[in-house]
Parts: sequence; C-alpha cells; structure tokens
Amino acid sequence: MMQTDKTVLLDMFRTMNKIRFFESEVQKFFAAGQIPGFVHLYLGEEAVATGVCAALGKSDMITSTHRGHGHCLAKGGDLNLMMAEIFGRLDGYCKGKGGSMHIADFNIGILGANGIVGGGGPLSVGAALSCQYKGNKDVAVCFFGDGASNQGTTQESLNLASAWKLPLVFVNENNGYAISLAQRKAMAVTDIADRAAAYDMPGVVVDGNDVLAVYEAAQQAVERAREGQGPSLIECKTYRWRGHFEGDACVYRSEEELAEWKAKDPIPRFARQLVDREVATQAELDAITNEVAEAVAAAVRFAEQSPYPSEEHLVEDVYA
Amino acid sequence: MARKTYLQALNDAMRQEMERDPSVFILGEDVGKFGGCFGVTQGLFDQFGERRVRDTPISESAIVGAAAGAASAGLRPIAELMFVDFIGVAMDQLFNQAAKMRFMFGGKAKVPMVLRMPQGAGVNAAAQHSQSLEAWFMHIPGIKVCIPSTPADAKGLLVSAIRDDNPVVFLEHKLLYGIEGEVDDDLYEIPLGSGRVVREGSDVTIVATALMVHRALEAAEILAKDGISVEIVDPRTLVPLDKECILTSGRKTHALVVVQEAVKTAGAGAEIAAMVAEEAIEYLDAPIVRLGAPFCPVPFSPPLEQAYMPSVDKIVEAVRNQR
Repeated sequence: MMQTDKTVLLDMFRTMNKIRFFESEVQKFFAAGQIPGFVHLYLGEEAVATGVCAALGKSDMITSTHRGHGHCLAKGGDLNLMMAEIFGRLDGYCKGKGGSMHIADFNIGILGANGIVGGGGPLSVGAALSCQYKGNKDVAVCFFGDGASNQGTTQESLNLASAWKLPLVFVNENNGYAISLAQRKAMAVTDIADRAAAYDMPGVVVDGNDVLAVYEAAQQAVERAREGQGPSLIECKTYRWRGHFEGDACVYRSEEELAEWKAKDPIPRFARQLVDREVATQAELDAITNEVAEAVAAAVRFAEQSPYPSEEHLVEDVYA
Repeated sequence: MARKTYLQALNDAMRQEMERDPSVFILGEDVGKFGGCFGVTQGLFDQFGERRVRDTPISESAIVGAAAGAASAGLRPIAELMFVDFIGVAMDQLFNQAAKMRFMFGGKAKVPMVLRMPQGAGVNAAAQHSQSLEAWFMHIPGIKVCIPSTPADAKGLLVSAIRDDNPVVFLEHKLLYGIEGEVDDDLYEIPLGSGRVVREGSDVTIVATALMVHRALEAAEILAKDGISVEIVDPRTLVPLDKECILTSGRKTHALVVVQEAVKTAGAGAEIAAMVAEEAIEYLDAPIVRLGAPFCPVPFSPPLEQAYMPSVDKIVEAVRNQR
C-alpha cells in the first residue's frame, strides 16, 4: 500500500463510494417505482470492480454481467449517462434501449453488461484476441460470477484463452449464491480458482472485500497478460448485501450470514487503512464522500429531467 | 472472368478480402492446414499463416462469441462452423450477443462479423448434419442472412458480407460447392438485399433459394414444353429481403410458387408468401403454393432423403396443379 500512489488510493476510495451511493439511489428509486424492469445491485461487492479496474488503462476492455453497475462505474462510466439509462431515458448510455443489464461504453472499453449468465466469456476472448492480433499491449478482463463459472461458455473461454495465450484476466466474483443456489450445492470445489489448473493458468483466491488485495492480484495478472504470458483467473470471495434482484426475499440465506458480511464492509475497512497508515485524513475522505454523494444526486436529477425515448426511436439502431 | 466452382468463388472472396484488409481473419474448426471441413479455406493457411487463419478447439460458443467480441473491438472476423446444425450449441452468442449489441447499446456497437455455415441435405448426413435453418436467423433482428445459389453470387455476397458492419449469417449449400459458373476474377460486391431474376417468364413466378434455384430451373425447362413460361426469382439474401424484386415478378405473372428445402412449417417461404399476400394479393390469379420438406427430421437412408427434399418433379407438379 505504501508503494501505491496516493492519487490511485484515493481514486479507489472515490470509486467504491461512487458505486455505494449509486446503487443505494437505484435501490431507493426502484422501490419507489421510478425505475422500470428489474435491477441487480452491486452493494457489498464494491472492492472487486474497484480493485480490478484500478489496474487497467482506458483502452483496456472489460465484459460485464447482469450485476454490472459497479464494473461500469469502476471502468470510468459516466454517472449521468448510467443513471439515465437505468431510468429508461433518452439521454442514457443506450438511449434507454438497454437498461440496467445492457450498459456499454466502447470509448472506455466497456464492451457491455450482459443479461445472459456466462454470456460475456466468449466475447472477452474475442476482445483479448483483438489486442493480441493488433499487438497493442491492451488487455481484456472478463467479470463473471460463481453461477457463470458453471456455464459451458465460461469453460470454453478459459480453455481457448489459455490455448491461444490471450491477454485476458478472468475475474470471478464469488458472492456465494447463484440466485438462490449456494455454491456448495452447485459445485464440488470450494475454490473456483482451482479450476484454473485445468487450463494451465494461474488461479488465485483473494479476499474480495479487501480492495488492496484485489488490486494487487489484478496488477499481477494484468502485467502477465500485457507481457504476453497469457490469461489468469482471480477468484474474489465476496457477498451481495441485497438479493439476486431487488424484491428477492432471500429465503435461502440467514440474517446472521448477512450481518457477518456487513461487518466486513469493504469501504470503512479501506477508510481505516487509509487513515491508520496516514495516507489521508478522515476529513479528506469525508470530502470525497460528500463530493461523490452530490455527483450521484446530480445524476438522479439528470435522469429525471431526461425525456423518455419516443416511438420514432423504436426501430432505429437495429443495423449499422 | 473464369469458370470457377462455388467453393473456389468463396475461397477467392476470402483470400482477396484478406489481401486487401488486414483486419479480416478466419477462425473455426479445422480451417487451417486441413482447409476446412468441405475445403472452403484451402490454401489460406499457407498464404496468411496461423495468425489470420486460426484453428479453434471444438467450442462453437467460443468461436461465435470470440468473433463477436473481436468484431466489436475493431476486427473483421469470418467464423466457420462445420455444419449449420452446430449453431444450436452456440446460439446464444449469435442471437443474444452479436445480433443485439447494436440495438441494446443504443447504436454504439458495430459487429462486423461473418458466420459461414454449410447447410442442406442430399449427402446422406442424417438429421444432425443436413438441416436448412435459414428461418431461425431471419427471425432475429440484427442479423443479415445470405443464401447464395451460384458461384458468382457466392463471391459477390461474401465480399459484401465481409465489408458489412453487421453480423452476417452466410449459408452455403453443401451440394452446390462443386457447381461451376462464370466468376469475375476481380473483387466485386453484390449488395445485400438485391434479388435476381434467374430466368424470365410470364405465367408463374417461382421464388427459390440455394439448391432449389437449380431444381426450379430444371422444372422450368419441363414446364416450357407444356407451354408454361416460368419466371424464377432468387432473393439471394433473406435479410434484408428484396421485396420489390419478388413483388414485381408476382405482379407480372399473377401466380406465385415458393420453394425451399427447409421444413415447410414456419419457413422462409411462409414469410415470402405472406409478404406477397399482404402486398400484392390482388394481382394473383391463383392461391400461393409453398413447397418445402415435410415436418420431420432429415432422414439418413438415400431413398428416404430423396423423398424428403423438394424434387424437380414436385415443383413441376405444384405448378401444374396451381393452374
């Protein structure tokens, strides 16, 4: 931590808070009936996207998941455009045509969130292949959950990335549940990272609620990828505070379990590290928190003021 | 101009496009030194090397998805599946990923990929290697669908498909790989969405695709002896569909027969028949007739397979019965 630049550390703190405030607002406005459809919140998992994307540059690419708001924000996604999209408005990232599960920003390497579990793996292989083909030293990151790790597409992608030594980092966000199914009932292995051995790539387990541990693992994997040494698998053990989707009654898990994980909240934990090691004062951190809270509030106003798309937009953008 | 086979025409299109554009590359099972399951990529590995002609493991989802991902990141992949029947294991990457990216992302994505797949019966390959699945792809907005019947069309359509900024499904008929025709040596495009009047006539329009174009031509010769003048229209691409080409012919001949090799139920022919019924029924003097395979999987045994596919005789009979 001492070797990491203060700006980088405070950026990570800012990103984690940005995700936290953003998702809290989405939760609130969804409950109020102002956000249509359904949403999958990233609350509690902020350290994963933040630590991984802190190791990436702008032209590096990511594929995301149905629980993708955190990935997009950490990769530099615009708060206003994201919020407007989730509200289904014309000024959103996708003109309101994609919604929560389909946010993309190709200018900053966000190749899209994805409504299909395991859908992003093959796309990330293609993205990494484009980096290798162009020889430009960029890398790709595939975020996927414990549920997606049991999809054939994920296994095909791990294999092909390894066979072709692609500059690809597989980041498994193991939050313990594939919707309602506990990991222990879905697979015999305890650590998804063990599966990396089958594809002859490094597989590491990290505490997904420790942003610095995630960052360090991501840096190593990204460096390895950039140097042409091939893909890696990082398993980040974490937990989602909310249900699979907003409205999930969570009958499959206990209040005690949730409380245990809430006690491991990655944000105050990182704040304590920053203050204890005198990287920043509490006042500096509070200033960041306030600034982010204001930016998220402004994003909500932006979304609310944006019009809905009109019917003339309906059949646009089907073909290039 | 030179006489070339359908297979050589496809091979030329890929080779010449790869010479012209360094972002074009090929991936698929056994497409490298082996030259592809039917030999369509023969020689390309030797010319372009393994960076641009990439053998993949037997992982169709990864093949289609890698093509979509690479395309969205700026390359122009040509992916090959050995048989169209194998799209079943990779369908999500085509219809939920590649096809929808542009729309879902509000017009920001471009997915310039071609997915080449041989289809069709007639080689005793049985139920899992013989289907004609064009209707599946027509039903998904965001995909274009090419289905060439001649060597010249095969080349021009493949060039256009490679240059198109959308996912293009390119369906090649296995029984057509060996047919010969005049093909321009230079690169040329046939715009996607331009049908072709294959034979002019005045009494009935037969709309046919792929192998069925050739059977319709044979049927037309037989019918000519009866004094029935047949016009044949090959739409060449099903998405976009050249409606005007079909409608113009139907308005002229006042009779329409639609022939497809695929199972008749919910097929491309149903779409074409319905389109003509909606837009030009007042011009027709007889009910529209559809010909297609019966509602069963493709059988193995040669006599059964022959009975399964629409034949020249069945086309002749359908036209006679319509009158």
